[in-house]
Amino acid sequence: MKFFFAVLRKIGYALLLLVAVLVLNFMLIHIAPGDPVDTLVGEMGGASPELIAKLRADYGLDRSLPEQLFTYIVNVAKGNLGMSFTYDQPVISLILDRLPATLLLVLSALVMAVLLGTFLGVVAAQKPRSPFSHFVTILSLAGYSAPVFWTGMMLLILLSYWVPLFPSFGMSDVGARESSMAYAVDVLRHLILPAVTLASIYLAVYSRLARASMMDVLGSDYIRTARSKGLSERVVVYKHALKNALLPVVTMAGLQFSQLIAGAVVVETVFSWPGMGQLAFESILRRDHTLLLGILFFSTVIVVVVNLLTDLTYRLLDPRIK
Amino acid sequence: MDKPETTPSEDFVPSRPLVDFWRMFAANRAALLGLFLALVVTAVTLFGPMIYPTDPFELVGAPMSPPGVEFPLGTDYLGRDVLAGIVHGARVTVLVGFSATLCMIIIGLIVGVVAGFYGGWVESLLMRVTEFFQVLPGLLLAMVLVALFSPSLLTIIISIGVVSWTGVARLTRAEFLKVKTREYVLAERAMGAKDGSIMWRVILPNCLPPLVVAAALGVGVSVLFEAALSFLGLGDPNAYSWGYMIGSSRDFIWETWWAVTFPGLAIFITVLSVSLIGDGLNDALNPKLRLR
Repeated sequence: MKFFFAVLRKIGYALLLLVAVLVLNFMLIHIAPGDPVDTLVGEMGGASPELIAKLRADYGLDRSLPEQLFTYIVNVAKGNLGMSFTYDQPVISLILDRLPATLLLVLSALVMAVLLGTFLGVVAAQKPRSPFSHFVTILSLAGYSAPVFWTGMMLLILLSYWVPLFPSFGMSDVGARESSMAYAVDVLRHLILPAVTLASIYLAVYSRLARASMMDVLGSDYIRTARSKGLSERVVVYKHALKNALLPVVTMAGLQFSQLIAGAVVVETVFSWPGMGQLAFESILRRDHTLLLGILFFSTVIVVVVNLLTDLTYRLLDPRIK
Repeated sequence: MDKPETTPSEDFVPSRPLVDFWRMFAANRAALLGLFLALVVTAVTLFGPMIYPTDPFELVGAPMSPPGVEFPLGTDYLGRDVLAGIVHGARVTVLVGFSATLCMIIIGLIVGVVAGFYGGWVESLLMRVTEFFQVLPGLLLAMVLVALFSPSLLTIIISIGVVSWTGVARLTRAEFLKVKTREYVLAERAMGAKDGSIMWRVILPNCLPPLVVAAALGVGVSVLFEAALSFLGLGDPNAYSWGYMIGSSRDFIWETWWAVTFPGLAIFITVLSVSLIGDGLNDALNPKLRLR
């Protein structure tokens, strides 16, 4: 019962956060110079004052600000994020079309970064002064310092152009839709480079974190007890220590999900991956602010949901958290 | 009479924090490498345009010339000199890197100091605001801000500051909570010092070490943000920057690999240098952690 109420409170808080994002979006639209009608009129190459007034009324821009804000929030709650005038489609359907590709990319990168990062960090922690440990440190510094889009382009030049192992752009080849199996393999081939690119930054973070946290845990009393019982090093590290060393990594992965989504914008642009990030890039080129703000809001929804899930899993895993 | 300096007995060496600090820092080879790279970047920023005055915007040679004698790093798809771009672009990178970090530190400090000092509802409100900004995908929010308020160096700097201050705020608050109950703070309070004076003059100086590290790492973050924004076409149109160079050559990476590789390398080296310095500062300022 207590658990139930805690969950309910978390959900309420998450909803409040989302309303706050909407208020922010709304404020930005109104503080920024020019409103949607100005942009529209600009696109049309000018319009008569009567038409402009009519458009303003159509968009509800002639009403008071609180009234407009209220309509805006109600609309979003109904799933209406506005119309994209450059695509002539509702923003929400544009985003939902692109959502699966982004989720596929982001989740693959996340899994890759967490698994590989933890592995590297754990191995490095066992011999902190070994060449391998130094190698992991250098790798993580490099991954952290390189701009993602550049890492992606370097991988493209090396592994798609000089050594043509992987396809370079998009999510699938046109001819590969004969069977679902062939399609899946094709998508996987297209996925590898962008996912590795996106994972590279977070790989750095997680390997570092896992190394530090593992060294911390390995120095604790219960590990000494386990060792003195005569357990093999493998059992001590992978059965006793790993579980606790993983907690900070999981927390971090949840906290950083918003950065992962933001990173996807750049990576999708480099690889022409047909996701939300590429849509954001296109919306900038077309000066479609409604679409861009819609993407910002929707990404935040994803982040909030993921944070909520991380939090709940955490509560289930670790009974100490109240 | 013997001066303490000439008798190197460990017990008698007076405390010289700066010297100790420099020893710790200099013992770290990676940090020294970072300092060296940072000096190189600074030198390029200050003197590069004088030594290599070619205008980066000008079409000076045949398009897509590979690196060679005439153009050491080649030309891009329009015939602009890549080396000139790197030399002149350094100014934008360094300017945005430092100004945006300053902006980020100012916002983060104010939020963190006020939250940590006053506690209570002020703290919970400010921490909720911090959480709010942490949930927003930083780069996307920066994109929205720059796109809505039209790209210029000023909007870019402020946008980066607005999306990246949360770490500093949390750090400052945590440090304040640790320090504010210490005896010397209580003593100042007992002597009737004003809140503002206690906050900024008494507590803050004792919280500086982790903030210095955060600032160093913040420069790297800001440089990466600026690069990503200009890469996406949201750079200042009047400023030639490294991110813009890579973004504009995006469709020609097969034909002119040098036009994306070298500017990216410049960004990489710059960020690497401040990351190394930041790590070195961290080790030198937190000697306890060095035992690892």
